[in-house]
Amino acid sequence: MSIVLQANAVERRFPAPRGLADLLLRRPIRAVHALSGVSIAIEAGETLGVVGESGCGKSTLARCLVRLIAPDAGAVMFEGQDIATLRSSDRLRFNRAVQMVFQDPFASLNPRMTVGAALAEVLRVHNIVPDADIPARVLALLDQVQLPASAAGRYPHAFSGGQRQRIGIARALAMEPRVIIADEPVSALDVSVQAQIVNLFMELQERLGLAIVFITHDLRLVRHMAHRVAVMYLGRVVETGLTHDIFEAPRHPYTRALISAVPSLIPGQARADAVRGELPSPMAPPPGCPFHPRCPIVMPRCASDAPSLINGVSCWAAG
Amino acid sequence: MSLVVRDLRVVFDTPKGPVWAVDGVDLEVAPGAVLGLVGESGSGKSVTLRAIARLLHANATVSGEVLWEDEDVLAMPPDRLRRLRGAEIGIVFQEPMAALNPVLTIGLQIDESLEAHTELDTKGRRARALELLDLVGIAAGGARLGQYPHEFSGGMRQRAMIAIALASSPKLLLADDPTTALDVTIQDQILRLLLRLKAELGMGLVLVTHDLGVVAQTCERVAVMYAGRVCEAGPVASVFASPRHAYTQALLRAMPGEGARAGAKLVPIPGQAPRLDRPAQGCAFQPRCTVSESACETRRPSMETDGDRRFACYAEARL
Ligand SMILES: Nc1ncnc2c1ncn2[C@@H]1O[C@H](COP(=O)(O)OP(=O)(O)OP(=O)(O)O)[C@@H](O)[C@H]1O
Ligand SMILES: Nc1ncnc2c1ncn2[C@@H]1O[C@H](COP(=O)(O)OP(=O)(O)OP(=O)(O)O)[C@@H](O)[C@H]1O
Ligand SMILES: [Mg+2]
Ligand SMILES: [Mg+2]
Repeated sequence: MSIVLQANAVERRFPAPRGLADLLLRRPIRAVHALSGVSIAIEAGETLGVVGESGCGKSTLARCLVRLIAPDAGAVMFEGQDIATLRSSDRLRFNRAVQMVFQDPFASLNPRMTVGAALAEVLRVHNIVPDADIPARVLALLDQVQLPASAAGRYPHAFSGGQRQRIGIARALAMEPRVIIADEPVSALDVSVQAQIVNLFMELQERLGLAIVFITHDLRLVRHMAHRVAVMYLGRVVETGLTHDIFEAPRHPYTRALISAVPSLIPGQARADAVRGELPSPMAPPPGCPFHPRCPIVMPRCASDAPSLINGVSCWAAG
Repeated sequence: MSLVVRDLRVVFDTPKGPVWAVDGVDLEVAPGAVLGLVGESGSGKSVTLRAIARLLHANATVSGEVLWEDEDVLAMPPDRLRRLRGAEIGIVFQEPMAALNPVLTIGLQIDESLEAHTELDTKGRRARALELLDLVGIAAGGARLGQYPHEFSGGMRQRAMIAIALASSPKLLLADDPTTALDVTIQDQILRLLLRLKAELGMGLVLVTHDLGVVAQTCERVAVMYAGRVCEAGPVASVFASPRHAYTQALLRAMPGEGARAGAKLVPIPGQAPRLDRPAQGCAFQPRCTVSESACETRRPSMETDGDRRFACYAEARL
């Protein structure tokens, strides 16, 4: 049991744009509350699945974890040290050890560099292998993500969406990281290639103790590969626990809604109704429990008091 | 039929020679029909959609027939083509960041589409833009209209693009993996919205996705692609229940599902993805097929029709 990466009560806001009406009426500057006190911890050799509604703050959390953006409050700890305070060699070690696979591969690849050149640059800059071994390593990386050797000579635009996604994975793996923060890494892949990539992650985990934060909307996949799960809603973790427990006995009503909305493979089988009610806005989060306006089992106190995360769930009804 | 595609072929001219990305595709979509398009990553799904709307890179040569309400799309003059795209055929691209304009606010991008394709005045367009954001589940639309694509989450960008595509009330929507970045509850909301537009306005829909659950719940017919060709097509229920192409069968088996034990290795299709720069003489799937016979290696199976099923597989009877 050794925690490699940890977020402690991380907060992050973004300023919201002000319209003319806001200026005229002198409304206060509003903000998007992307993260409101999120804590997670990830151990070596473990996969933490992060799921939650679109826009609930998952990618923002990922960006805080790899130090692309800084939290407004709270801290991210790498091997027990606050990453905001890392200097010189520790900083370099962190930059190599913690890698991110971005949700939007197109925006994260350099359009003017062939895939082979981009991978070679990563290997060279970080001294991963001796210069003479770089070409062979590039091919090995491409092969790991099921791309042919000929992919090395092509530019990002000449690939399919799923092929670009795999280039992003190859680039992260090139650094031989200890932690991978993977933001929807297999969403554009057919189930067979997806299975190969998931198997690759699991193999690296067994062999090298890789820790994985796996952000995804695919609950089948989370159930399959995550050891633990964190369920987020509107900038907070509302439930967390062992994967088996979360799926067999979800305790938060949002988790239950999420699990019952997975489309079945049997055509025409009736779906459970999706969560109803007005969508929440992170610019004006509801008072009390963030889920209460849509909650099927809401109680009077939910509208005024925000429950905190106790024993893995943040819900007044989960006694 | 509103859309008929016959023997569509797309060849990319690359420095290393031609790439046969789409190699004889036939598709039909009636008004109000929903066709699912699934298949291997890199098999030509996106290129097919782009070819239908004539949105391919300059290094692509397109041949075959694309008929839109009996009009030949491949021969359309530029001004007719501009009206076709957007006004009659809406497109949701696979990678929102590549399709949205990074320097225009989301509001302006929706407004552009409304201005080009509706008679609404400024006030009416703003009201309609807010309504569209609400339909795709983006709360606090007023403030959101003033934000730029990079200020949206991945799933919000995807939904903004759906809103832009729907702004003109198209007769046909080509949606390329439109729900990959959405959690299951918002995905459900979007799919219900599309099905409502189909029922109320007779909008046709081509839905590319890797999520076979989405296909089962949303589509009437499905076409399965492998190596630039449709290898099998038919009603979703019967294709999923009894596939008649070896690739379809292998794909269905690679799903992580109720069957596969959590934590166990998934079962991908063995072998390498087909090479589009060196098309096989026989069936493209043969090198990876577990039920192939000698004919598969030398002669390409042609498309057979049996009632409402179409398939190109010699081993069909033995699946
Ligand atoms: N501009 C290009 N030049 C050369 N090859 C290309 C170009 N664009 C696409 N390709 C190739 O054409 C093939 C088909 O690509 P396409 O984007 O249609 O795949 P897809 O089925 O949409 O896959 P995915 O599920 O990964 O999105 C791919 O193998 C890709 O590498
Ligand atoms: N750079 C930014 N500027 C302003 N707002 C931002 C910025 N980045 C994120 N946000 C806002 O923060 C909130 C959380 O976004 P985030 O990308 O973390 O969501 P997510 O959980 O990854 O969603 P998805 O599943 O759709 O990718 C959203 O409301 C988004 O608009
Ligand atoms: Mg995200
Ligand atoms: Mg594609």
